[in-house]
Amino acid sequence: MSHQARDLAATRAHAPHTSMFLRMLVRAAVLRRGRAASALFAMVVAAAVATAMLNLYVDVQAKLQREFRNYGANIILVGKDGASLPAGTLAQVDSALAGRGIAAPFGLIVARTSDGQPIVVAGVDFDRVKQLDRWWSVSAWPAAANQALVGVRALPLVSPKNQPFDLTFQGRALHVTPAGTVQTGAAEDSRIYVSLAEFVSWTGVQPSTVEVAASGSSAEVVAVMNQLTQAIPAADVRPVRQIMEGEARVLGKTRATLLAAAALIILTAALCVLSTLMGWVFDRRRDFAIMKALGASERLLNGFFAAEAAALGATGAMIGFLVGIGIAAWIGRANFHAPVVPRLGVLPIVLAGSMAVTLISAILPISLLRRVQPAVILRGE
Amino acid sequence: MFVRLVYESFRRQKRRKILAGAAITLGVTVATAMIAVATDIGDKINRELRTIGANLVVTPQEDSLDLEIGGVNLKPPTDGAFLSEADLPKIKGIFWHNNIVGFAPVLPVSAVIQHEGKPQDVTLTGTYFSKKVSYGNEDFVTGAKTLYPWWKVSGEWPDDNSRDVLIGERLANKLKEKPGDTITVSGRQLHIDGILSTGGAEDAEVIAPLSLAQEILGKPGAVRRVYVSALTKPEDAFARRDPKSLSGAIYDRWYCTPYPQAIALQLTEAMSHSHAEQIRQVAQNEGAVLTRIEGLIFLITLAALFASGLAVSAAMATAIFERRAEVGLMKALGAGKFAVASVFFAEAALMALIGGAVGFGIGSALAHQIGHSIFNSQISISPVLLPVILAIAVIVTFAGSAMAIRRAVSLDPVFALRGEL
Repeated sequence: MSHQARDLAATRAHAPHTSMFLRMLVRAAVLRRGRAASALFAMVVAAAVATAMLNLYVDVQAKLQREFRNYGANIILVGKDGASLPAGTLAQVDSALAGRGIAAPFGLIVARTSDGQPIVVAGVDFDRVKQLDRWWSVSAWPAAANQALVGVRALPLVSPKNQPFDLTFQGRALHVTPAGTVQTGAAEDSRIYVSLAEFVSWTGVQPSTVEVAASGSSAEVVAVMNQLTQAIPAADVRPVRQIMEGEARVLGKTRATLLAAAALIILTAALCVLSTLMGWVFDRRRDFAIMKALGASERLLNGFFAAEAAALGATGAMIGFLVGIGIAAWIGRANFHAPVVPRLGVLPIVLAGSMAVTLISAILPISLLRRVQPAVILRGE
Repeated sequence: MFVRLVYESFRRQKRRKILAGAAITLGVTVATAMIAVATDIGDKINRELRTIGANLVVTPQEDSLDLEIGGVNLKPPTDGAFLSEADLPKIKGIFWHNNIVGFAPVLPVSAVIQHEGKPQDVTLTGTYFSKKVSYGNEDFVTGAKTLYPWWKVSGEWPDDNSRDVLIGERLANKLKEKPGDTITVSGRQLHIDGILSTGGAEDAEVIAPLSLAQEILGKPGAVRRVYVSALTKPEDAFARRDPKSLSGAIYDRWYCTPYPQAIALQLTEAMSHSHAEQIRQVAQNEGAVLTRIEGLIFLITLAALFASGLAVSAAMATAIFERRAEVGLMKALGAGKFAVASVFFAEAALMALIGGAVGFGIGSALAHQIGHSIFNSQISISPVLLPVILAIAVIVTFAGSAMAIRRAVSLDPVFALRGEL
């Protein structure tokens, strides 16, 4: 016995008595580092891709719904038969939304300009409108009192030189200064917008319309609608079907495409793991034959390779999950300018899927090798 | 000898070749399908977004201000200017006519309904339901039915050449009318074909064929506004530049890009005394949604290409590693590193070509199936992509095999033959 080997024997004798089974597992991984690492790498990549795809699939709905809220209101409250809404309606709408959306009141009347032309004047809360109707192209929002936002088509009529002008409604006049113009390509272009407080004190008319952009899934939006119908009996609560149906269609198709893509990618990744692992196990048929020749039982052999596969699957899945969350977050940031929230619910699925794939790829070659005599394998045939 | 080596390797090791070939086929299938979906998704989602309604509106140039509250126009119907119905087919004659999904003219007029002996004011809006329009020798069908998919009609859609009408849901409830009844509008007996539900202002109106509205107004050929639904490219900084300030070639590039602004300009040019504009609520937001979805699918396609590349490399590496005894034998017989490597690379190239061609076929079928089941329309993949896909397959297979081949040729033949590595 060489000097070195004696030392090794001495250290082993004093080493804690870890079970043979564990040692076999650890040594198998350490001795064939390259092959074990490549199998683990394949597992990590597969788990990462699966995690990222599942995470995106779950989160894309919320992300796209947020984009669709830029289309503005999906619910409209109007007073029944054109009447004004009761005072406090806005507060009730706000409490029904509970921060999950935005509501803006609109008061509308037909006033006359100084030369007697009829024109629609709206009283609005500029801060709320700014958040609700993001597509409005506004040159400058009114900031001071008695400032108005003038539609691009109304401007040449009321204030061609951007000068202050008068509006009359039922004999009462309002003197306003144009702060900026609004352009939308729709009815807004022909209107004049003043702040709601000035509008009410000038006309005595309360808002007749509240536009609501409720966020969330279509079921949540319907729940908000039902809540509003019950809370405010004086109002007609209507969905903006054009927006809600378009949103549902686009979301449905996008998710279906994503699901198809996810299925393809996960399938490819799983097959990649399967082929790498099966190759690894096949490669070790000599280990298998030696164990069998030394008298290992079928159960022990199956248990050994299964434990190895399970350990690989679990480790790969955990690392892959973390990497996948990183990928999903990066895609969210790059594409939606908001990170994709990690879904812990994805972890058990990825873990179970990884273990299943690794177990299959370990057990399949073993069951093939079991029928072969160890002597045949050891002879290298 | 070289050809024979490769040929015999394929003939004798069918199982291994089939396994590696299957991995290549699968990888190419996924790559082809994802590339096809990614290149077409923009167009598909753009069409889905068109279900939100028109994104452009054409109005008379010298129009008086709208007096619209809650979707109800209070402007006297004879006031202001009109467009000419005869100009409408010209919409299909603009540069981007293939991007025009549909259009619908509207002409609101005030009418009086006799209900139980009492007169009642209503708005009657004239439009196209699904009217056949011809431009040159091209025929196409357009109108509210294609433009507003959210309009629900219980009963029948009226014919555009008839004097039948649709009646809004709320108005129908108030008048207690149902499909098949007859109403008296401004002295005319009209047959109700269906009840219309839109969730908007139309629910309180009578919707009639355009010619009927023109007759009630007494202005044949008059149209108040035209709503146009067009497939557009998301607006960018270049789109927002004023076309008047652009010169020559730059102006041509602006004009020949389907920006909402460019299509609006072409519509203005096509129809006399008109002014076309984008409806910002629809046009602006669809650009944002489209960009997001396209970006998402692009990133996912990258992930798919990466995953399939990896699958191919893994399969090739395993296949070569299993054959180290063979390498040992070749080297023992005096083959150089170059000779051994070239055999493997030739085999890899052959497999990549066969697997790539099969995978391209299956991938195209898969893309077609995805298009059919999700979008109800074709996702076609151009045959031009075949050489590109094959080249990618060969490159990925080579890259995947390179490491394994390098290891295989550097083996000591003695150890390899004894099976000790």
